[in-house]
Amino acid sequence: MSDAALGTNHSANNGAASEPLIAADGIPLKQKLAKTTRRMKMQAFLLTVPLVLFLLVSFVLPIGQMLYRSVHNPTGSNVMPNFAVAIKNWDGQGLPSEEIFEVFVKDMALARKNREVGKTIGNLATRVNYEIPGARSLFTKSARRAGRITEGPYKEALFAIDKRWENPHIWLTLQRVTKDFTAAFYLAATDQKYDEAGNIVWADELYQIYLPILWKTIWLSALITALCFIIAYPVAYLLSTLPLRTSNLLMILVLLPFWTSLLVRTSAWIAMLQTEGIINNIFVYLGFISDENRIQMIYNMTGTVIAMVHILLPFMILPLYSVMKTIPPSYMRAARSMGASGTYSFVKVYFPQTVPGIAAGTLLVFILAIGYYITPALVGGNDGLLISNLIADHIKKTLNWSLGAALGTILLTVVLIFYWLYNKLVGVDNLKFG
Amino acid sequence: MSAAGNQRAEEAFVRFDKVQKSYDGEILVVKDLNLDIPKGEFLTMLGPSGSGKTTSLMMLAGFEPATHGDIYLGGESINNVPPNKRGIGMVFQNYALFPHMTVAENLAFPLKVRKMGSAEIETKVQRALDMVELGEMGGRRPAQLSGGQQQRVAVARALVFDPSLILMDEPLGALDKQLREQMQYEIKHIHENLGVTVVYVTHDQSEALTMSDRIAVFNDGVIQQLSTPDDLYERPQNSFVAQFIGENNRLHGKVSGVSGDECKVELDGGGEIIAKTVNNTATVGERTTLSLRPERVEIEPKKGQTDNTVTGEIKELIYLGDHIRTRMEVAGNDEFIVKVPNSAGNKPLAEGAQVKVGWKAEDCRALDPMAI
Repeated sequence: MSDAALGTNHSANNGAASEPLIAADGIPLKQKLAKTTRRMKMQAFLLTVPLVLFLLVSFVLPIGQMLYRSVHNPTGSNVMPNFAVAIKNWDGQGLPSEEIFEVFVKDMALARKNREVGKTIGNLATRVNYEIPGARSLFTKSARRAGRITEGPYKEALFAIDKRWENPHIWLTLQRVTKDFTAAFYLAATDQKYDEAGNIVWADELYQIYLPILWKTIWLSALITALCFIIAYPVAYLLSTLPLRTSNLLMILVLLPFWTSLLVRTSAWIAMLQTEGIINNIFVYLGFISDENRIQMIYNMTGTVIAMVHILLPFMILPLYSVMKTIPPSYMRAARSMGASGTYSFVKVYFPQTVPGIAAGTLLVFILAIGYYITPALVGGNDGLLISNLIADHIKKTLNWSLGAALGTILLTVVLIFYWLYNKLVGVDNLKFG
Repeated sequence: MSAAGNQRAEEAFVRFDKVQKSYDGEILVVKDLNLDIPKGEFLTMLGPSGSGKTTSLMMLAGFEPATHGDIYLGGESINNVPPNKRGIGMVFQNYALFPHMTVAENLAFPLKVRKMGSAEIETKVQRALDMVELGEMGGRRPAQLSGGQQQRVAVARALVFDPSLILMDEPLGALDKQLREQMQYEIKHIHENLGVTVVYVTHDQSEALTMSDRIAVFNDGVIQQLSTPDDLYERPQNSFVAQFIGENNRLHGKVSGVSGDECKVELDGGGEIIAKTVNNTATVGERTTLSLRPERVEIEPKKGQTDNTVTGEIKELIYLGDHIRTRMEVAGNDEFIVKVPNSAGNKPLAEGAQVKVGWKAEDCRALDPMAI
């Protein structure tokens, strides 16, 4: 399907006349028309206001907040406002000057007493710890003693607390983290980091987790989409061709899981697939496998794929069905009457007409799968986890919201890229969701 | 397959032999269909919806299997031949043009299936497009064409692979009246020029009368009458055909006497009429429905000009230019229509006036009784 079939040719007819038409009372016709339709347009717009507001509050603002949070981290300037200003223009050569040290020690002493949320020394310690593992203890220890330093030289006093302050790299890092805007979280989300000299490098292979999980999420989503398509196509075809009574029954069978709670369905899969579960029991009973070699089908990738295919299947069947329903049987009959075999007619006549449904179904399933959270969390075990599970981890457990936001933004970007690719290949106006 | 059946099958190009069809095992949609169609004929299956005409066509095309009986094409039984091996061109009700292909690709489809060379395909497609006067439209999509143009493409597509039999399933049903009439002539001319055999299904009797060599009138799964258009109109064999084809006045009565091929009928609304017996079915005492065409009724006939004269009351006059359509009450039937030609010297008629109407015995056919 290279281009849209319909309506490409009518623009030529309503080309503007050379002179504007005038209505009976002398006002230009276009103006007159706009005036008469303004009221209707206003009404139509007012009807959409609740939705616009809702979208703004529930969608646009959170996403904007997320995008902002993924690059904006004011911990440094919150905790040590004077130091953040002082070190901003340091040239990064050797160690900072005595004045900067003085500001640092004073800010640290102040921050230690600060109990305001987000402004304690602990916040900064955590932030620096992301960059330099072990820096947390250095900060808390030094902050405790910083209050006792009352006069210079501050540099030597600090060095006396801990030798690590003599390392220029820690000051480079501090300069970086006290800036309000940082790309550090995006680097972390793509398994990169600043090395001690401030260059962007790949993280140690051992710590590379996000990119592999992102790739896995993408190809698992593709696999789930493909499996859904293979299963859904014949079902949708049956649905669209069976007599109404039978197809209604089948439709209920398709929709029944749709109406059942997601948790119930996922738990049902646990009951089915676990090592002591129904399927393994049947296999053992039938002698396919021995009792010791029960198959691990859940709490791994297999479990995630099986459960997600099941859960996302209706999203593939319904768009396919709605498109197939509109293809009259006379097309296939016409192809047959012209001498085409059943297979040839299917490939050349039926299948191409279902493409809008295929496109809609695969897009829907893929996008849902790529951001799926609950099922992998329940049945995924360790190797069946997807990127959304990591995002949830950072939001709920490690409380590194900025990293979570960066990962979320990357996920959003991936989805948009796929959507753009899709639009190139299929054409979004060719989609038919129902 | 009987020897006699085989013999007849060789003469007829298409032959239905004792064909029955049921979808649910309870109702016969087609009851004992016997029909011979010679090569080159334009045969129309005409009937109301549910009469079995489309089912018969679908069985011929191969999309529905016959429950009983044989269908022959060119002397061979095609009961077990799949539709794609029958070599029959078909025009569908909604054209069934493939929306994802251009007009030229649509036309090339049957040729590609037959693995023709691309040069040959191109010439054949162009020839077919020229035939239906759409030579420039090859690159368009069906949705960009008007209804009439789509219709022509559908016809061209059914013809492009030179089948010797074309089936048409109410192909003009979706067109407006003017276009429909124009297309009727075009299809008729294509049929005449190419000499193909056409089996045409419609429920529109004027379409059937315009186009066909012969018409098979279907009702209730049975062919009621198979005849030429003029024969069907002038000499209907039963009241269904009389009522279905053209406009018809019905009078109900009882046969009171028979002489030769004429009979006397006592009308329910009073009076006695001389009518023509059809199929010699009328016996004294039996009920009958008389069929009389509106244009065969004379207003105020001269004495001796008509065999029957009845008095009626004018209920309604509708001026139609060339004639005045007059609704009257005659012998208890207040839907009695008379077409009065708008010719010079005719006396003006008035609603509510009592007038005499008359007709010849041979124009009034005594048919099987119909429910009143």
